[in-house]
Amino acid sequence: MADTLSATAADPLTIAGRTMSSRLLLGTGGFPSLDLLADAIAASASELVTVALRRVDVAGGGSAGRGSLIEVLADAGVELLPNTAGCHTARDAVITAQMAREAFATNWVKLEVIGDEDTLLPDAPELLRAAEQLLDEGFVVLPYTTDDPVLARRLADLGCAAVMPLGSPIGSGMGIRNPYNISLIREAVDVPVVLDAGVGTASDVTLAMELGCDAVMVASAISRAEDPVAMARAMRAGVQAGRLASQAGRIPRRHYATASTPEQGLAEF
Amino acid sequence: MIVLNGEPADVPAGETVAAVIARLGLSAEARGVAVAVDGEVVPRGGWDSYALPEDARVEVLTAMQGG
Repeated sequence: MADTLSATAADPLTIAGRTMSSRLLLGTGGFPSLDLLADAIAASASELVTVALRRVDVAGGGSAGRGSLIEVLADAGVELLPNTAGCHTARDAVITAQMAREAFATNWVKLEVIGDEDTLLPDAPELLRAAEQLLDEGFVVLPYTTDDPVLARRLADLGCAAVMPLGSPIGSGMGIRNPYNISLIREAVDVPVVLDAGVGTASDVTLAMELGCDAVMVASAISRAEDPVAMARAMRAGVQAGRLASQAGRIPRRHYATASTPEQGLAEF
Repeated sequence: MIVLNGEPADVPAGETVAAVIARLGLSAEARGVAVAVDGEVVPRGGWDSYALPEDARVEVLTAMQGG
């Protein structure tokens, strides 16, 4: 493990001027306990994790359980990436981002504007509108987007710090349904591409990195795995493997075999 | 009637945001808490002075696992 770790340490990820040695972003949703979340963060080596905003339970008063999420994340030493999950309009997403800036003292936001309840696919016009307004207000915007290279380019052109195309619908575990589009997005924008959503297992994140993604965001695939900590370790290794492979220069695909052992000097019996 | 997190609340108009935060058992220094009144964010520095108008819709949000 030490060799791959040192390789990535020399190969940092930079988003909006913030440099990270890990190319794995972790979502905090779905972990059965805060202890498991803390252990998974450590195992993933992630330095940037998402957090959501929801109503304080009025009936129950200020819940200590919720408050301690912040403590766990602070103890883990990670930076927070607030999201606007659950927002269906640009207006809701903008207000949520503004509240997140107040709550977490960061102007970073993972912008999600959902357009469909069944697939949780992004609503492209609302997403662009929200991104434009938040950028005007000085936010560092990382939009969750479809795997459409044109939309990704529009978001990057507006000034988004990265684009986060989906591999497949959130929580579906279907992996990368359109690898071709993901590689086109990598060509289409100059900002980091962070594959987001749809990851099911470690080979999915490896493929993402091989396709040229700069980082991968994983939530459910880790938090809802039977052993989240082991899966966090697997995802970390998968990201490293894919990154190394993408830089190593793979061999071209061929229709027929190419002998790896030379014909020259072959004995005749 | 003031509506707090979607529920009618026994909070008189004129009460400050800081007082509502205290009612919820939260400390004014609590990390990960944000407040909006009628769709506008109330910055933490304004909690003490912001008096809730009649029929204010107040949202008090906090950190939750997600994403």
